[in-house]
Amino acid sequence: MKRWTLFIPFAIFLLLGFFLWRGLYLDPKDVPSALVDKAFPEFELPTLVSGEKKSLSALKGQVHLVNVWGTWCISCKVEHPFLVELAKSGVSIIGVNYKDDNDAALKWLKDLGNPYLFSVDDENGTLSMDLGVTGAPETFIVDAKGIVRHKHQGPITKGNWAPLAAIRDKLLNEVGTK
Amino acid sequence: MCSIKSVLTSSALLVLFVFSLSAQAIVDGHEYQFNSDDALQNASRAELFRQLAEELRCPKCQNQNLSDSNAMIAGDLRRELYSQVQDGKNSEQIVDFMVNRYGEFVLYRPALNNKTLALWYGPFVLLALAGIIFVSVILARKSKNKSTAVTAEAIDKNTEQTVDPLSADEETRLDELLNPAPSNKTEKEDL
Repeated sequence: MKRWTLFIPFAIFLLLGFFLWRGLYLDPKDVPSALVDKAFPEFELPTLVSGEKKSLSALKGQVHLVNVWGTWCISCKVEHPFLVELAKSGVSIIGVNYKDDNDAALKWLKDLGNPYLFSVDDENGTLSMDLGVTGAPETFIVDAKGIVRHKHQGPITKGNWAPLAAIRDKLLNEVGTK
Repeated sequence: MCSIKSVLTSSALLVLFVFSLSAQAIVDGHEYQFNSDDALQNASRAELFRQLAEELRCPKCQNQNLSDSNAMIAGDLRRELYSQVQDGKNSEQIVDFMVNRYGEFVLYRPALNNKTLALWYGPFVLLALAGIIFVSVILARKSKNKSTAVTAEAIDKNTEQTVDPLSADEETRLDELLNPAPSNKTEKEDL
């Protein structure tokens, strides 16, 4: 037997070790969104506060964050104060109230503040299903043409806002130059 | 000994049985029935529903299909799946609907394309590789065995031809050396 063949098991070990080591740093929950770089789905839903019907055209012409939330969702409560802060600093946020009780949702906005330009009432979860939402909170960054450019799963916090802000700023610049 | 073994096997079978029941529990629930007038259509739709609920992965879960998961999203998707099957959509249309929203992550049987080529054919390539190595090792060993056997035979023949039989003197000397007489031993002790 040739001498180098003795090293084959060691080479296999190194290869396996490399992949297992890489696996330690992969987040299995980090599922790529199917919707990124595709058009935001069509919808026609009443808003939570006024009941006025809103459709996709309401999203166009400006860069928005679209935030999926519900009063049953605990992480949303964690996220909420920061959204209020963002709204105050001029970030336009649109809410999608996901399978929620209207009274509870209205009370929530009254008690905790309303960071949303408007929230659509997605009572049956149809829009959320078209958005591929798997659980609240989820936030989409939508450009002025109504194209989804980024999806964020889980609450937005001070700690993870910076990269999202960078994406948003880039999109704002796109609008500015055109 | 034998009884312990049989108890172990039967309990293992029981556990497997219980697990297989729980996997079916949600799908077979009363909620998703196909009750149109066409019995044949009902059967095929129920089968399609069962098949897709098992092949589609719950997007929120790491490793559960729609029929197994209790997550809210899995419940929603089961309902969606049911209504689409009721509407007479075929497997392809429903899978497209899911993939457009949740990505290929939801497919337990991923589509065959350039990205999944290694996934589909990798195991067969590895199996073929292992087979080639196995056969080549076996062949190498066989030819080695053959050649050693041949040389051993040759040596045997050579010795038979060249070595002379022992003379009578040599025979007795060999016998002495191999089986020393007890009398010799005592002499040595005396010395």
